[in-house]
Amino acid sequence: MSTREIISSGNDLAALAAVDSGCQFFSGYPITPSSEIMHTISDLLPEAGGTAIQMEDEIAGVAAAIGASMSGVRAMTATSGPGISLKAENLGLAQMAEVPLVVVNVMRGGPSTGLPTRVSQGDVAQAKNPSHGDYKSITLCAGNLAECYTETVRAFNLADRFMQPVFVLLDETLGHMHAKANIPTVEEVKAGIKPRKTFDGPAKEYFPYGVAQDEAAVLNPMFQGYRYHFTGLHHDKNGFPTEEIETCRKLIDRLFRKVDEHKDELESNEEYMLEDAEILLIGYGSASLAIKEAVNVLREEGIKAGMFRPITLWPSPEKRLHEFGQKFDKVLTVELNMGQYLEEVQRCMGRLDIEKLIKVNGRPFSPADIISKVKEL
Amino acid sequence: MAFNYDSYLRMEKMPTLWCWGCGDGVILKSFIRAIDTLGWSKDDVCVVSGIGCSGRFSSYVDFNTVHTTHGRTIAFATGIKLANPDKHVVCVAGDGDALAIGGNHTIHGCRRNIDITLIVIQNFIYGLTNSQTSPTTPRGMWTVSQKAGNIDPTFDGCKLAIAAGASFVGRETVTAPKKLEKLLVEAMSHKGFSYVEALSNCHINLGRKNKMTSAMENLDWIDSITVSKSKYDKLSPEEQLNVLPTGILKQDTEAPEYCDMYQEIRNAHQGKRGLITQDDFKKKI
Repeated sequence: MSTREIISSGNDLAALAAVDSGCQFFSGYPITPSSEIMHTISDLLPEAGGTAIQMEDEIAGVAAAIGASMSGVRAMTATSGPGISLKAENLGLAQMAEVPLVVVNVMRGGPSTGLPTRVSQGDVAQAKNPSHGDYKSITLCAGNLAECYTETVRAFNLADRFMQPVFVLLDETLGHMHAKANIPTVEEVKAGIKPRKTFDGPAKEYFPYGVAQDEAAVLNPMFQGYRYHFTGLHHDKNGFPTEEIETCRKLIDRLFRKVDEHKDELESNEEYMLEDAEILLIGYGSASLAIKEAVNVLREEGIKAGMFRPITLWPSPEKRLHEFGQKFDKVLTVELNMGQYLEEVQRCMGRLDIEKLIKVNGRPFSPADIISKVKEL
Repeated sequence: MAFNYDSYLRMEKMPTLWCWGCGDGVILKSFIRAIDTLGWSKDDVCVVSGIGCSGRFSSYVDFNTVHTTHGRTIAFATGIKLANPDKHVVCVAGDGDALAIGGNHTIHGCRRNIDITLIVIQNFIYGLTNSQTSPTTPRGMWTVSQKAGNIDPTFDGCKLAIAAGASFVGRETVTAPKKLEKLLVEAMSHKGFSYVEALSNCHINLGRKNKMTSAMENLDWIDSITVSKSKYDKLSPEEQLNVLPTGILKQDTEAPEYCDMYQEIRNAHQGKRGLITQDDFKKKI
């Protein structure tokens, strides 16, 4: 992979990644700590011939982006936890109508207004089910500066592949971190763009939602002769509202299966010093930076620790976690929340005796926090 | 020869779910005739609706159609229009959609003056959900959520749209379909945000406890509370409180349109012009 060296921040890198990925539309609303994404993209997009608009509220911020995406262009919005709470209903519409969208959430302390300028990983559970009803979330979580770029690029391709919103979770630490990063070249990113599928047969043979039970809808761009219907209601193969029993069941079943049966295309993890490890540390996002440092120090002291870091948080790496649950006696999850992913780790490992290190005061972990916890195990 | 609506309708979706005698069908047909008059290709039109009886409007017409969440038509339409500025985007919303849950988007759609037409089907009540108070329900009327009589002040959406900066504002009633059609032609061909309020009847859920149990009684009441703008202008301020003016209430062809202005932003970022300053606008604060 050909790369370039860049000095930037996590938020700026997410904006740059969007434009390099062919995003043509951004709409959002100011919110700390994600606003810099809007600031930067509102310079980059018009220069590239696209549109970036500050809307009147968070709800309009996501709705305009979904509208643009419905018409056929790549679109993004960015916000923080309180914004996701407000956007939730329309994210549900995008899940139901299968509209691709990239949603960057730069996490801050919650609930409610919480700690606007401080770090947290408190929106991991929210990212799994932000809206009411049944659907399968796809959530990616950047663990370092370069991944603020590469995971945003991946999110655009996955959104078009699975035809649904894809979350990119950053956090205040990563969003505002300013340092050197090695990221792929623009040519590399452009060569990797996988646009959404389209249908080019006769309009009367076009059924946007009439696809196999493990497939995503095929939604042609608007204004090109294929006049169909988007709705948040249960709908038939043409997109029109229906209450027909079997059609309704199959629709929701398909929204699950299109993700569940293709998890291999989604899974992405980092395994650090795990081969000979005796203690397993599990963490993600900016917390993983402290975990890695802690593993290095512990190893110098002769304690064989290693780290497992899911990059795709939802769907979770079930099989891999299950294997680790069998292999490791001592498992420690490290999260900047009360243990939101711990519950998923317990479920996948099929055991409850998982140790946890948590922090919910808006401050990041220091490696020392983790080292002393591991020594207590 | 009678007008043939079939080519604009999704005939397999007929009959509509609207009640017998509902005025929404009159608005649907007036809208279709207006589109036909404008000669727009069906492929170039996008109709965006919200939630409620009016929400089903989009599924009946053979355009690119979007049925959104409650109150958000303008927000979705703004994304569609900005990404496709040469296409025609029309929102159809109810009075609850446009003036209650989606009031903020109505205000800011008007303020931006983006080239979208908003048709508000205004029937003074929440019809689909069985007679709850709307922002436009007249004071003193019975609703299922205010059975002792509505005490909430009644909202005039056209006044709001004018104040918020829509460059075209008009109102007509389903009792005058030809006038409504003409108003829609004017509104949709206007460049900028156009707000059209179409007063409709809901004898089922507004009329049932307000002494208008038939469509005709409800329509007569609508006629009794509306006068043409020219007549309205001659009324005293006290008399004006009891009636709603119809016709074109505002038309400003000079106001800058948002997609055009956004193109100037692109031009500035691409070095084709300098930064946008107050001199680019006729009116300064």
